[in-house]
Amino acid sequence: MTERPLLPATTRRLFLAGTAALLIVRPAGATPETMAAAIRQVTGGKPVTPGRVKLSIPPLVENGNAVAVTISADSPMTENDHVTGIHLFTEKNPQPNVIGIRLGARAGKAEVATRIRLADTQQVVAVCEMSDGTFWSDKADVILTLSACLEDPV
Amino acid sequence: MATSARTLINVPPKAKRGDVILIRSLISHVMENGFRIDNTGKPIPRNIITAMVCTYNGVEIFNATLHPAISANPFLTFYTVATESGTIAFKWTGDNGFEAKASAQITVE
Amino acid sequence: MTSLSGSRFAVLGSVLLGLAIFAIAAARAEIALEQRRSSYEHMSRDTKAMQDDDLTNPAMLSVLDGEALWNAKAGASGKSCADCHGDAKASMTGLAARYPAYDDVTGRPVNIEQRINLSRERDQKAAPFRYESAELLALTAYTALQSRGQPIAPPEDGRLAPFREKGKALFEQRIGQLNLSCAQCHDDNWGKSLAGNTIPQAHPTGYPIYRLEWQSVGSLQRRLRNCMTGVRAEPYAFGALEYVELELFLMWRARGMTMESPGVRP
Repeated sequence: MTERPLLPATTRRLFLAGTAALLIVRPAGATPETMAAAIRQVTGGKPVTPGRVKLSIPPLVENGNAVAVTISADSPMTENDHVTGIHLFTEKNPQPNVIGIRLGARAGKAEVATRIRLADTQQVVAVCEMSDGTFWSDKADVILTLSACLEDPV
Repeated sequence: MATSARTLINVPPKAKRGDVILIRSLISHVMENGFRIDNTGKPIPRNIITAMVCTYNGVEIFNATLHPAISANPFLTFYTVATESGTIAFKWTGDNGFEAKASAQITVE
Repeated sequence: MTSLSGSRFAVLGSVLLGLAIFAIAAARAEIALEQRRSSYEHMSRDTKAMQDDDLTNPAMLSVLDGEALWNAKAGASGKSCADCHGDAKASMTGLAARYPAYDDVTGRPVNIEQRINLSRERDQKAAPFRYESAELLALTAYTALQSRGQPIAPPEDGRLAPFREKGKALFEQRIGQLNLSCAQCHDDNWGKSLAGNTIPQAHPTGYPIYRLEWQSVGSLQRRLRNCMTGVRAEPYAFGALEYVELELFLMWRARGMTMESPGVRP
């Protein structure tokens, strides 16, 4: 007696392909387009001019889990002329937003530092909002390397 | 072990009026980004700090919205003008009702 | 066929002998004492800065927890570490720099983690902490901090000798699918690049470390397990004597170098 498979061959192949896709579980990562969309959400579509912001991030990083970032904006920080917001975005992380900061003239100096995660070699963009409603940006490219001898074999 | 998250903050104890002072903060938190899967293939749910707000005698001087891309044990520094003596207070909030607080005194001459 | 074969053999023979001598000499390249460097030296400027400042070093959060645990009453004894050992800054100074040490009762060397658990069981009548638990790491970090800046000083204890020799043998033994020994990377090829990172000399000057890869503090044992996984070897079980023997040898190999605990590493 010949065994007949429960599922015809083509359906089986589709089922297996579907299962394999589930196992990989790769979230849709950010792309330059989604990063641009995230930036637009902050700027409301207003133009963003390169300049007046400096994004300091090491160009080559030993481990993407804790990358030191400093964002500083050129502003007198007076009541009439100060930074109101600082935002950071990435191009290839699972999602584009990193941090959004609200400041005022009381800051005295528009400089913030933190440590971020980078999923891959990519571009990072800082956007700054001024009290006059204008937006300014800076970008930096970061190359990622991976530590040697990890817990789970890569 | 701390019942709430362990924090390390640095506020200069003394400053002159008008000085621009550096404030630094570090808090222990896993910042589980929500994109990882465990070794059985199950997604690990997101568990992050989503905000840190700092006040100076009750007035907000710094407000940050954090996303999963902030590293574990979030480290944040910023500046503020030393206006008067008093309390600089930090409050962190996040997923699953997370809340942590810290504060430091500053004497301004 | 000419009669050149005789002289050709002689040339071949001397070349092979030369290669053999070179191979033996190259394989036994223990690092000269004055050439030893902590892996701190290979880190980027930002990672070094993270370690250098107690306010930016994430391991210090664990140290604060350790300080709290040191002062907390534990077990059926109702005693804290402080009740017997007083202020850790005084009683624990230099301890991490001369561990692992010999334990009379079990007749073998123990590292700091094991000593903490032995004290918990024997003196505090409390359950031991799990390896790599936040509590054990915190107490280890707090203890190790009290040796920061001091030179590594392995104790002159003859009873440790056979275990240290075993540790040396483990360090030189090829293991895993990649069939590599610790010595082949860390003695023979330190300073060179492996997959974009610099191979360190592998001195345990900063343990327990905050490893950026782990995003948490971890012990030397955890790091050694990563090495074994790295060469596709089955890591020994947690708490295995092999880890202590290796640690004993590594601390001897790093004798005189400065303790940095708790360190930050990529």
